Amino acid sequence: MTTDLPSAPGRLRLPAYQRPAGVHPPLDSPAYASSALRAPRRPLVPLAQGLTEITGPLLGAERVTAADADLTTRHGGEPLGERIILAGQVRDSGGRPVPDTLIEIWQANAAGRYAHGVDDHDAPLDPNFDGAGRCRTDADGRYRFITVKPGAYPWQNHHNAWRPAHVHFSLFGRAFTQRLITQMYFPGDPLFGQDPIFNSVPGPAARERMIARFDLGTTQPGWALGYQWDIVLRGREATPFEPGEERR
Amino acid sequence: MSPHPLPHGLTPSQTVGPFLAIGLPWPDGPFVVPDGTPGAVSISGRVLDGAGEPVPDALVETWQAAPDGTFAHPDDPRGPGPAGFRGFGRCPTGGDGGYRIITLRPGPVPAPGGGTEAPHLDVSVFARGLLDRVVTRIYFPDEEAANGADPVLAAIPGDRRATLIAAADPAAGEGAFRFDIRLQGGRETVFFDV
Repeated sequence: MTTDLPSAPGRLRLPAYQRPAGVHPPLDSPAYASSALRAPRRPLVPLAQGLTEITGPLLGAERVTAADADLTTRHGGEPLGERIILAGQVRDSGGRPVPDTLIEIWQANAAGRYAHGVDDHDAPLDPNFDGAGRCRTDADGRYRFITVKPGAYPWQNHHNAWRPAHVHFSLFGRAFTQRLITQMYFPGDPLFGQDPIFNSVPGPAARERMIARFDLGTTQPGWALGYQWDIVLRGREATPFEPGEERR
Repeated sequence: MSPHPLPHGLTPSQTVGPFLAIGLPWPDGPFVVPDGTPGAVSISGRVLDGAGEPVPDALVETWQAAPDGTFAHPDDPRGPGPAGFRGFGRCPTGGDGGYRIITLRPGPVPAPGGGTEAPHLDVSVFARGLLDRVVTRIYFPDEEAANGADPVLAAIPGDRRATLIAAADPAAGEGAFRFDIRLQGGRETVFFDV
């Protein structure tokens, strides 16, 4: 099994991915009650990025059909709610588009209810909406979903707690280090101030990057409002490759 | 502030919440290779919280080399590995916090600083209550020599190293391993900053 491993010491030149110091929420965020028994208490151990970390699953082509990006047409009729278009570009922190990468989304319906047995919010299910979608970015890293705007909903974190309307996004990028699951929010939501999940992200600038932008250019006249949301994954450090050797 | 100012600010992580099962599980997710593939092994275990209770709404993902130690990816400088080996597994936990992955054993992998990393799988765990994924590794118990020379394991204090090594599970059959993930507590699993 160990044939021909070219493991001459120090000879392996690999790209390195920037470490996102201070961007992601601390795992230990006491205002978010569910973290109390689940967030690790010990410090994370630094791991040098090796081959397992700078590679990752290149999924998508075989897993996605064009219809998967339209959450409004998969059942017998149109879902209730405000029809919207969610579109944007996936780039890395060096500004390079991330093409051909799988994006998976899930969300509540327009009434703020998830099509999931554990959701006991007293709001109606919609037989025409399951809330799941997927697509693959194009050659320029762009994606586009058609869905309905999710409703806000109450939860048990603290007295009178409500989640701002959001859509869950899952992305792979091209390396294990780039894997990201996050939530996209809508501009001007009055519930931001009391939400411990949104506010777990340190700093207003980083929180702002989770909020989509209403865009009249994406809006289709007489049919659906449009939002733009760009997603930025960890990019590569500039050093490891020789000139002319850099690959996308 | 980041030590490396970024031209484009990163999108922050958020929790998957309690309803990830709407969007993330795939019917073939746990099967890195189809069940019954010659040489296939199973890795199963439970995700447990700080009270020792099962976490029934987590997602476990694995990424690994092929049996020859290569990766089906263009950034493997030795050339792309065998086509057709997905290398990726994904399994939501059940009511008992359990997950199961069916795969082939990975080969050893050259380490970035020289030397060789013992056969391992990288693991991401997502769950309600986790605002970012947590990352760990699964090593194999019958690779004592390779584990002893592994630079990642060598950097872990001895009393915690065992949390990264699966246990053979002969009661579950040949090629069956157990790997429990303890998010918190006295035997908290080692989690990495990658």
